Amino acid sequence: MTVTLAHYLAVAAILFTIGVFGIFVNRKNVIVILMSIELILLSVNINFVAFSAYLNDVAGQIMAMFVLTVAAAEAAVGLAILVTFFRNRGDIAVDDASMMKG
Amino acid sequence: MDLSSALSLALPELILAIGALAVLVFGAFRGDRASGAVAVLSGAALVAAAFAAALGPLGVAFNGAFVVDRMAVYSKVAIYVASAFGVVLGHGWLGRASNQKFEYPVLILLATIGMSMMVSSGDMISLYVSVELQSLALYVLAAFQRDDAKASEAGLKYFVLGALSSGLMLYGISLIYGFTGAMRFDAVAAAVSGEAGAGVIFGLVFLICGLAFKVSAAPFHMWTPDVYEGGPTPAVAFIAAAPKLAAMVLFARTLSQGFFGVHDQWAQVVMIIAAISFVVGAFGGLMQRDIKRLLAYSSIANMGYALLAIAAGTQAGLQALLVFLVLYMIDITGFFACLMALSRDGRPVTTIAELSGLRRVNPGVALALTVLSLSVLGMPPFSGFWGKYYVFKAAIGAGLWPIAVAGLVASVVAAFYYLRIIKVMWFDAAPAPTDGAPAETRLVAFASAAFCFPLVLVALALLDPAARNAASALGLG
Repeated sequence: MTVTLAHYLAVAAILFTIGVFGIFVNRKNVIVILMSIELILLSVNINFVAFSAYLNDVAGQIMAMFVLTVAAAEAAVGLAILVTFFRNRGDIAVDDASMMKG
Repeated sequence: MDLSSALSLALPELILAIGALAVLVFGAFRGDRASGAVAVLSGAALVAAAFAAALGPLGVAFNGAFVVDRMAVYSKVAIYVASAFGVVLGHGWLGRASNQKFEYPVLILLATIGMSMMVSSGDMISLYVSVELQSLALYVLAAFQRDDAKASEAGLKYFVLGALSSGLMLYGISLIYGFTGAMRFDAVAAAVSGEAGAGVIFGLVFLICGLAFKVSAAPFHMWTPDVYEGGPTPAVAFIAAAPKLAAMVLFARTLSQGFFGVHDQWAQVVMIIAAISFVVGAFGGLMQRDIKRLLAYSSIANMGYALLAIAAGTQAGLQALLVFLVLYMIDITGFFACLMALSRDGRPVTTIAELSGLRRVNPGVALALTVLSLSVLGMPPFSGFWGKYYVFKAAIGAGLWPIAVAGLVASVVAAFYYLRIIKVMWFDAAPAPTDGAPAETRLVAFASAAFCFPLVLVALALLDPAARNAASALGLG
């Protein structure tokens, strides 16, 4: 069996779905949400690289590089905000993040 | 095109980028004592960039990734001016909150670079990078009061949902890239002219959902009320104004330039989002007690009107979008300036009940708040009415009258909560005097109230041809 474009797209779609569900279904921990965000971005990267190879076009791989860079910056900002949140609350459970409602 | 002429097209962004790095180093050496100087330098960089944008050349640079057309120039000037007001308001407020940090103007500059690249982006790589550049700075601004539990919760929610929306947008971009084989909007447009396959439409829907998150349109609005309520007021005033314009112009450019051939398909999606937005904005605001939360619902409703202008897909629609958003930016900045002007015993006024009897204790701010409320409500002859007038005229001109009628009904419902603010201020008893309003907030509040009426009538004579000229850049019918 050969691995075709459709296989890559299917893997990426499954990872993307797991990532989105990880954000919405997760009721425990904000760190898990950060991991889910990484998973979403990496699944998109699989898409970009697979399409880039399939189309013989370099733009998709360039985009994948940008996504990797931005993902690193995003994780840094996210963790920094998480640290201030932890200092104020002493906890990072998702259920606690609901001072504001309405 | 050689490098020097490409760089001259990007001169405003270069001024801001070099300025941001320079003031960051300056601030890092001098510490928070230098925050006044950093704010002045950042404001100067923004003004210089506004002049560079207004007087600079037009063209396309960096292989089509960076487009400087009249629409980009119009938006950039508006964004830079709004950001300069953000620097001014933030500096005074943070000083009074004894959280004077030199990073605040630097973050505004970085967000502004992102916004000005958003309105100039000509392909999907620069779209993504610029949206992220803007968003990452805004997440930090929302959590800027780092000792405040509400602010860090606001920042965290903004970050998580913003990152999710970037993920959706990116997945959409990857599908569009895969099924059209192009990153540049003009190449995408050539690939989807006439008919687009299911893959492209699927990707386009993801892209629209991601962008709708960024403009806080319903049903992707869940972060907005929490960020508005929890974030520091000047940061929220900034987030509520310029980023909305940038994201809307990006929205319009992506759809009208990259996907004009499938206008019928995306117009349906955008119209549904617009209709849900103004219904959610109108009804969600009815129960609110917190003023900033109320303004969040107000902004959701107003983004619905802006999306209606985009859905029209005509040049008149784009012109309406540009006029509407600039008038809205002035309204909302003034509204937040009024809020920043009001405090009792050093505590900021946050609920509508605390505004009661403001007519007696602070008549100037009460009058400004009344004018601005009537304007956001859309009462003629205030500026908000003219913005909505352009939008509804364009929507009806494009045959979208059912949605336009729904929007009018929603704005009547929303009128209730603005009128309640006015009623509480003018007819209820005052519990206690307010503190004296700081000079810069009073100045911004009165200036924007004066703009809402009567200055808007003069300004429209200039804004109308400028916006039409800008809208013609996309070459729609």
